[in-house]
Amino acid sequence: MSQTDLNAKKSAARKALDAHVRKIVNWHFDPETGCPFWLNWAKQNKWDPRKDVKGYDDLDRFGNFQDEWLRGGPVRKWVPKAYANSPISIFETGGSTGVPKARINYNDFRIDYENFSETLPDKFFPKGANWLSLGPTGPRRLRMAVEHLCQHRGGICFMVDLDPRWVIKVMRRGMIQEAELYKQHVVDQGLTLLKAHDINCMFTTPKLLEAICEKVSLKKLGIKGIFCGGTEMTPQFHRFAVEELLEGIYFAPTYGNTLMGLATHKAPTKADNWAIIYYPPAPRAVLEVVDPDNTSKLVEYGATGRVRLTTLTKEFFVPRFLERDECEREAPCDQYPWDGVRNVRPFSRFQKNVVEGVY
Amino acid sequence: MLHIPILRKGEPYRSVEIERAVHYRTREPYVQYSRANVGLVRRDLSTQAQAQKILAGFSIAELMAISIKAGKHFGEDDLPLGDSVQSPQQYVESVCATTGLPWVMVRRNLTKIRGVMEEIETVLRGLTRLPDLSVLDKGFGNFEGQAVSFYPRGDSLGVILPSNSPGVHALWVPALSMKTPLILKPGSAEPWSPYRIAQAFIKAGLPKEVFGYYPTDHAGGGEILRRCGRGMLFGDVGAAKAWQGDPRIEIHGPGYSKIIIGEDQADNWEKYLDVMVESIVQNSGRSCVNASSVWVTKHSRKIAEALAERLAKVMPRDESDPRAEIAPFANADVARRLSSVIDGDMDSDSVDVTAQYRDGSRVAEFQNCTYLLPTIIHVNSSQHALANREFLFPFASVVQVKQSELPEVCGPTLVATVLTEDQNLTTRLLSSAHIGRLNIGPISTMKISWDQPHEGNLFDHLYARRAFQMAS
Repeated sequence: MSQTDLNAKKSAARKALDAHVRKIVNWHFDPETGCPFWLNWAKQNKWDPRKDVKGYDDLDRFGNFQDEWLRGGPVRKWVPKAYANSPISIFETGGSTGVPKARINYNDFRIDYENFSETLPDKFFPKGANWLSLGPTGPRRLRMAVEHLCQHRGGICFMVDLDPRWVIKVMRRGMIQEAELYKQHVVDQGLTLLKAHDINCMFTTPKLLEAICEKVSLKKLGIKGIFCGGTEMTPQFHRFAVEELLEGIYFAPTYGNTLMGLATHKAPTKADNWAIIYYPPAPRAVLEVVDPDNTSKLVEYGATGRVRLTTLTKEFFVPRFLERDECEREAPCDQYPWDGVRNVRPFSRFQKNVVEGVY
Repeated sequence: MLHIPILRKGEPYRSVEIERAVHYRTREPYVQYSRANVGLVRRDLSTQAQAQKILAGFSIAELMAISIKAGKHFGEDDLPLGDSVQSPQQYVESVCATTGLPWVMVRRNLTKIRGVMEEIETVLRGLTRLPDLSVLDKGFGNFEGQAVSFYPRGDSLGVILPSNSPGVHALWVPALSMKTPLILKPGSAEPWSPYRIAQAFIKAGLPKEVFGYYPTDHAGGGEILRRCGRGMLFGDVGAAKAWQGDPRIEIHGPGYSKIIIGEDQADNWEKYLDVMVESIVQNSGRSCVNASSVWVTKHSRKIAEALAERLAKVMPRDESDPRAEIAPFANADVARRLSSVIDGDMDSDSVDVTAQYRDGSRVAEFQNCTYLLPTIIHVNSSQHALANREFLFPFASVVQVKQSELPEVCGPTLVATVLTEDQNLTTRLLSSAHIGRLNIGPISTMKISWDQPHEGNLFDHLYARRAFQMAS
C-alpha cells in the first residue's frame, strides 16, 4: 500500500473516530441515556461535554480517568439510563485484597469478540468447533467473552475452574509451590476435557500454555488454533511458543483488559522479529503511548511510553486512563489505520526496590 | 556489540529478548546477552537426567584431570565468547567494565577460581573427607574399615549467581568434578565468569551438554531452583528468605561475617588492626566473607577511631591501578540509596567515626563514577539498627558487648575471626550453631583454605550417604 493510500485511510479513520466521540459523549451526557456517574461529573465540573467536545482531542478536558472510581458501589451509577432495564453483568479486575474494581457490561463483550472473530482464520479456528477456555473464571470478562466467541462461531465452550485471586494470594505469601500445584490442578482439568471431548480450539494464558505443553502435544490432541492472552506476553515467548510448543498450531496473541475489551494482533512478519503488535478496536477504544512525565503528550513512533486507554462505547465511557503498562508506539498500517502498541509489558517505574546485603 | 548467547545443553541460542549490561563509567551499553523466557528454561530442565548420564560416564579421576586443564584454560587462554573470543586480559577488563571491580580485584578472583579448578583434588578431599575418591565412581567403597555408599541427591545443580564479585564461582565449580551437571543463571552485571568457566571446561574435554547457561529473570531463576535436583542461591535478604527452609537449596545470603575480640585480648587490639582492616576492605567489601562488624568487650571507641583513621586513607583509584582497594557502583543510585539507608538509621547512639577523617561525604565521585567510601560506625548497643548490617562496600560497625553475651549476641555469622586465648570463650564459640566458619587467631575473614569448606559443604549438598552392606 502506498503512503498516500495509507494517509487517506488514516484520515478517514480519524474522521470516524471524531464522529464516534461526539456520538458517545452525547450519549453519556444526555440525561435521557447517560449514567449517573458522568451526569454528576458534568454537574460538578460545570461544563457541558455535549457542547464542548467536538472530537477526540477534546477528551483531554476530562483529565485522566481514575480507576479508584470503579471501586465500590453503588454500581448502578455506571449503568446508562438507556440500559437501566437491560440485563447487566459485572466484570471485575484485581480483588485479591480489598474491594475489586468493577465495570458494568451489557453487550460490549459480545460486540468486541464478534469483531475479533472476524480476524480468526477458519482453517485453524473451524466454524462449529468446540473450544476449551483454559483461563481465569469467576467475575471476569474474559470467561464470558471466550465462551461467547466460541458460541458465536458455532461451538460449545468447555471451562475449567481458575481463581487467579487465590494464585496471587499464595504467591504474595511466598508459597510458590502451592501456586505451582494450583497451576497443575488447572492444567489437569484442561487435559481431562481435551482427552474426553472433541475440542479443536483453545483460549489460554502464556503460562498455562507452557504448562500444558510440558505434558502433552496439543496438536496430537486435535488442537488447531490457540487464542492466547490475559497476561503479559513477550516477543521471546511468542517465538518460543511458535517454534517449540505449538507444532504448527495457529497462534493468535491478544492484549485485552476489563476496561478496554480486546486488541487484535497484527499478523507477524519477519521484520517484526517476533514483536507482538496490537491494534485497539477503534473507534470503540483507542490506545495511545504517552510520555510518562507528560501524559498528554504522545511519544514518537517506535519510542517507549506509558499506555493510555480511552474506551468509547455506549455502555462505558473511560477517557484518558493510564494503564500500568508500557510499550513502544506502533504506526498505523493498512489493516489498522490508527495507532497500535508494540510489546506491552508492566510499567517499569512501578518496579523499584532497594537491595541490601552482600551475596 | 558483543553478544553472549544462552547455552542450551551447551548449544548457543540467541533470544529475541536482549539485555544490556552497561559500562560502570560511561553508563553506555557494553555487552548484550540473550535472556531466556521461563518456558524455555522449564522445557530444557525437563531432560536434565540426560546430562547426568553423560557425566556418569566419566570417572572422578578423569573429571579432576579435565578440571585441572580447564583451570589453565580459564587463566591463560583465549576462549569462545558468543561469536568472538576472549583473552584473560579481556575477561579482566570486561568484568571490570560491568561491575566496577578494579582489574587487580578481578585478577585476584580469577586466580581464586583458577585455583579451585586446579586444586580440585585437594578441594574434593576437603569436601568429601574420602581418601579414595573412586568411591564416587562405584557408588560404594571402604573407609577406615567401614563400608560407605553415596548417591547423588539430584540430577543437576542450579545456581543463581550474583553480580557483586566473581570469587563466588569458586563455590560451585567443583560440582562438575562430582558428576553434577550445572544450570547457571548469571548475575545481570556479571555474565562473563560462568560463561568463561563453561568454555574452559568444554575446551578441556567436558561435553557441552552438561552446561546450561540461562540469563533470565526472577521467575526464570525460581524455575531453575525448583526444577534442578539441588540448588544454590546467592541473593540479598529478600531473595534468600523465599527459599529458607527448602533443604534442596543452599542459600548464600548476606554473611554478617565478624571479628570478635575476647576480653583477654582486648588490650592488645592494636596488634590486630591489620587483620581487621583487611577483613573489612579486601575485595572492596563486596564479599559475604568480608567482616561487616567488630565485636569487642572494651575499647570499642578507640578501635573504631583507629579503623576509621586507617580506612579513611582508602581512596578511589583508576581501574588499572594495582593499588585500587575499592570499586565504584555501576549504578550511582544504588550507592546513594545505600548511603541514605545508613544515614536513616543513625541516631544519638551511633557515630559515623570515619566522617571526621575524610574530607567529603561517604558518597564520593571520581572519574565520573560514584563510590561509597569505607565507613566505620560506632554503636552503643548490640540492639542498634546498624550493629549487625552488611552493605556492598567496606562497611563495619564496632559494637561493645559483655563477654558473657558472646557469641549468642552476634547472631548468624558466616565467618567469625575470634581473637582470644580464653578456653571458655573458645569452647562456647566451637559449640555455636550460628558460625559457619570459625577462625581462631589473627586470620582474615577473607582467607580461604581449599580443604575447609565453608558456606555449606558442596559434597554433602550434592550427595547423601546410604546404609550399605554387601555379601562377601
